[in-house]
Amino acid sequence: MITARYHREIPQRYRLEAGKCSTCQHVAFPPRPVCPKCKGRSFETVRLSEEGKIVTFTIVRVASEKFSKQTPYAVGIVELQEGIRITTQIVDAELDKIEVGQRVKLVFRRVQEDGRAGILCYGYKAIIA
Amino acid sequence: MRDVAVVGTGMTKFGELWGQSIRDIFVEAAQQAIADSGVDYIDSLYVGSMSPGLFVNQEHLGAVMADYLGVNPIPATRVESACASGGVAFRQAFLEVASGASDIVLAGGVEKMTDGADVTDVLAAAADQEYEVYHGITFPGLYAMIAKAHMHQYGTTREQLAAVAVKNHRNGVKNPNAQFRSEVSLAQVMSSTMVADPLRLLDCSPVSDGAAAVIVASLDVARKLNKNFVKVVASAQASDTIALHGRESITTFKAVVEASKKAYKIANLRPADINLVEVHDCFTIAEIVVSEDLGFFEKGKGGEAAKQGLTAIEGGRIPINTSGGLKAKGHPVGATGIAQIIELYEQLTSQAGPRQVKNVRRGMAQNMGGSGASCVIHILEAQ
Repeated sequence: MITARYHREIPQRYRLEAGKCSTCQHVAFPPRPVCPKCKGRSFETVRLSEEGKIVTFTIVRVASEKFSKQTPYAVGIVELQEGIRITTQIVDAELDKIEVGQRVKLVFRRVQEDGRAGILCYGYKAIIA
Repeated sequence: MRDVAVVGTGMTKFGELWGQSIRDIFVEAAQQAIADSGVDYIDSLYVGSMSPGLFVNQEHLGAVMADYLGVNPIPATRVESACASGGVAFRQAFLEVASGASDIVLAGGVEKMTDGADVTDVLAAAADQEYEVYHGITFPGLYAMIAKAHMHQYGTTREQLAAVAVKNHRNGVKNPNAQFRSEVSLAQVMSSTMVADPLRLLDCSPVSDGAAAVIVASLDVARKLNKNFVKVVASAQASDTIALHGRESITTFKAVVEASKKAYKIANLRPADINLVEVHDCFTIAEIVVSEDLGFFEKGKGGEAAKQGLTAIEGGRIPINTSGGLKAKGHPVGATGIAQIIELYEQLTSQAGPRQVKNVRRGMAQNMGGSGASCVIHILEAQ
């Protein structure tokens, strides 16, 4: 991972910063230049809540080389309180006990490591609330 | 726009083609298509390919293929829309002929997936790299999440998913170009290695090499060639959010719904007017969801329909994936959309041999990219 590429996403990965449309109040995560609802172009930065529920999930058993040491691991789509959905790993849980609809909380964790000499990559992961 | 026809086809066998390079297989398919059509020139060519850069470190595929096919200096362009690259290449050729800019265009597709790349990593590039793949999701993982949601919402069962693989393998046995020409049982599918719960190895299309090509021509040219041709009666395309989590519904492909609505409108047809469909069954759940989104079955009933045999060649209400689909025929990503057109061509010109569906007049091809962020649909009609 090139550090500049990693650095650009830090506001979203570390602080869940989203863009709230000044015209229609729609919240977009990650922020984007045009509001997908009303085409507005003016946004204020808001932080998403760290609580939500599992919409769907899977247990990844065959991964790319980068994640192969972590298998098996759970990845799910989580709906946060604002109605925003994100993709995130679900950790600290027994894999066969995870269920659709379960309440989760987002925590700050290491997500990837870039080989032995590269940077450590952090971000949000979900734990069962 | 003027009327457009498909006048010739060619494809390699799909599978692990270790003795041939990406250019070898594309040229083989393209030469077959040109010979089959009987044309003595092409005005331009499009090649659909998802990721030759990551798979074999070769970009600029339009120029590579025109060079090796010996057709310089015609315009040659690579088209990319992830797993829909082939279908979109066909659409570009269709539009170029329909517009009157060209009379005869070659539309091809190719992927060389077995040359040593980290295939799981390359395919994941069709998803949102920063907000899905960063967190460790894979392509089977994305479709597994769709399957889990469909099972939760509609009661779709593990056995219904397996029925899709069983049916497609049964069809693949009858296709000489298919990667897998062997039947599988429900029990084999349901006990195969888990890849991403609830999807198992035999729910997944394979890693394949392969190329396919068709010749697209104006109806005037087609008539003069004095051979079998089929007419393209609709070409439609739609897009959706790149990330699966960005969609209002995880159990519907909105791009499929939108593209099919457009296609039906252009051709002035309804789902009941279609006699067979090639759908993008990259995973068993995809065929179930798409069969609903195209209007062949009520939402939530696609799994049951597959289990009841309503999508089989014999006795089906709407035969789906008579070619064996991506599951059994193989899925060299960029070639898939063109191979779907070839299956329709063979069926509509009564050349599908043991796979032939009786009394077919119209066929549909549905090709999609990523977890459904791109969809391209064509309807072809026998002449």
